[in-house]
Amino acid sequence: MRETNAGLSGGAATAHRHMGNRTLWKRIVRNWELYILIAPAFFYFLIFCYGPMYGIQIAFKNYIPTKGVMGSPWIGFDHFERFFHSYYFWDLIWNTLSISLYELAIGFPIPIILALAFNEVRQGFFKKMAQTVTYAPHFISVVVMAGMIITFLSPSTGMVVRLVEALGFDSPAFLTDPRWFKTMYVFSGVWQSAGWGTIIYLAALAGVDPSLHEAAVIDGASRFQRVRHINIPVLVPTMTILLILNMGSLFGVGFEKILLLQNPLNMEASDVISTFVYRSGLEDAQYSFSTAIGLFNSVVNAALLLLVNGIVRRTSENSLW
Amino acid sequence: MTSGIKETRRDRIFLICNYVYVFLAFLIVFYPVAYIVSASISDPKTVASGEMWLWPKGITFDGYQRVFENANIWRGYGNTILYTLVGTVVNLLVTLPAAYALSRRDFVGRGFFTGMFMVTMFFGGGLVPTYLLVKGLGMVDTMWALIIPSAVSIWNIIVSRTFFQSSIPIELQEAAQIDGSTNMHLFVRIVLPLSMPIIAVMALFYGVGNWNSYFSALIYLNDSAKYPLQLILRQILVLQEMGAQGGGAIDASTAAAMNTKAEVAALVKYAVIIVATVPVILIYPFLQRYFVQGVMIGSVKG
Repeated sequence: MRETNAGLSGGAATAHRHMGNRTLWKRIVRNWELYILIAPAFFYFLIFCYGPMYGIQIAFKNYIPTKGVMGSPWIGFDHFERFFHSYYFWDLIWNTLSISLYELAIGFPIPIILALAFNEVRQGFFKKMAQTVTYAPHFISVVVMAGMIITFLSPSTGMVVRLVEALGFDSPAFLTDPRWFKTMYVFSGVWQSAGWGTIIYLAALAGVDPSLHEAAVIDGASRFQRVRHINIPVLVPTMTILLILNMGSLFGVGFEKILLLQNPLNMEASDVISTFVYRSGLEDAQYSFSTAIGLFNSVVNAALLLLVNGIVRRTSENSLW
Repeated sequence: MTSGIKETRRDRIFLICNYVYVFLAFLIVFYPVAYIVSASISDPKTVASGEMWLWPKGITFDGYQRVFENANIWRGYGNTILYTLVGTVVNLLVTLPAAYALSRRDFVGRGFFTGMFMVTMFFGGGLVPTYLLVKGLGMVDTMWALIIPSAVSIWNIIVSRTFFQSSIPIELQEAAQIDGSTNMHLFVRIVLPLSMPIIAVMALFYGVGNWNSYFSALIYLNDSAKYPLQLILRQILVLQEMGAQGGGAIDASTAAAMNTKAEVAALVKYAVIIVATVPVILIYPFLQRYFVQGVMIGSVKG
């Protein structure tokens, strides 16, 4: 009984470690049910996450459905070469990166500013209402979001188009003009997720020691100075972590929304790597070629994440690991 | 906190600017939503001309009538409810037990499992290999293709694990074990009843995700009778509009007819947006607390 007891709290278990394999085995057997509890998740990840990783080999093969993943002939880096030398390669890279960076430049600071602003508003009806309303669009589905964008920007009946005209301008063809695609994508994203994005910062702000503010007030600091010198530094670790995660997905823009907003006329600005992978892989059934591009994409993503995390780890203590 | 000390003029200006800023943010989010609600019950002509800008004008329920007469929408609704219910139950059955096992410090192999799960956050097989796998398993064109390949999210496992670690007193679990309780009994009878908040949060996160997802249905389902609501919406909201973009030289009467058609189509769109979003938006204000809690638990580094 005492051993079970000690095992749970973990402290004494480490003391047992030097006693060798028999104790380890005993600990495994004693908790055999935990392995049953984790089994579904284990098999899920094994089959649906590691299984496809095994399938990646078709990127280096000429995949023939009847021969399967194993039986198809190896061809080396042909698919990669074809992709790197294609005329659309740089367009895809440029679109992917520029949309991501644009999104980062606009979408990253706004939730921070909004959270700082919420934090200065007194508790009460107004604050509650403002938060409830700004969080809500997070729950709107991508399809409905795309539908809203298309409806509002529709040249014949759209609300935004009427608004622009009411202000005395000629409304651009938002939906079909490639120059407007990125702006449309980024700002609709801000509309949908800026409010929800404040939650994580508000949680950090709730942890600020009130005595810091009291001391600052006594020293004659203005509200703005307190925000600048107390609240913003509190948010830095959260910002850093989120920034690293964002950098890790620079090459993985929200492709579900892009796919919905894409049309033949705005393609030159809206075609990104992931939509290209979808089109070439599932619509044109070029399985191997598409897998190769997908692999290129995930490798670049993972490399970026490691790189940014490495840089951050050297310069501050807020890295992911 | 600042009581007793008079606010300076600069502070007051700062506060006023701040309130204006928050109010603007509120307005920017609120207005389009209010507009859609009003537009869905207004005469489409007043909407198209810009006459209707906030309050409904020339009230009509034509849009909703057309939506409810559409058999596809009803079927999509039914499918989505089924997929969401079954999917969320599967999600919970996989997530919670795994998270509990990982929360136990005396669980040998904890590091291995955590590592194995976390790798998938940063690297994956990609679209085509996943598709080929699901196809190979014979799940294409069945509802299982929408449920099993997305049975669990590593992020939600981490959130639940953090909850189990921080909110279920370890002494309680030890006491139960001393009383001879097995791990299974401990999890089902003692830990789960104390974990209602996290079960609610997880059910909500997964439920909303399942309700809103369209992409797996797009790639795995061919039979339109099995389409979930979001795919039907895609046809109504996205594909139709893109189809209507073309057109060349047309005479005035055709143009007028097309305009009327476009206006009615827009009315239907506003109505369908409301019909599809109402279930999620209606439950949201009551459960906002739980959603926010979920994000907060997740933000604790661990």
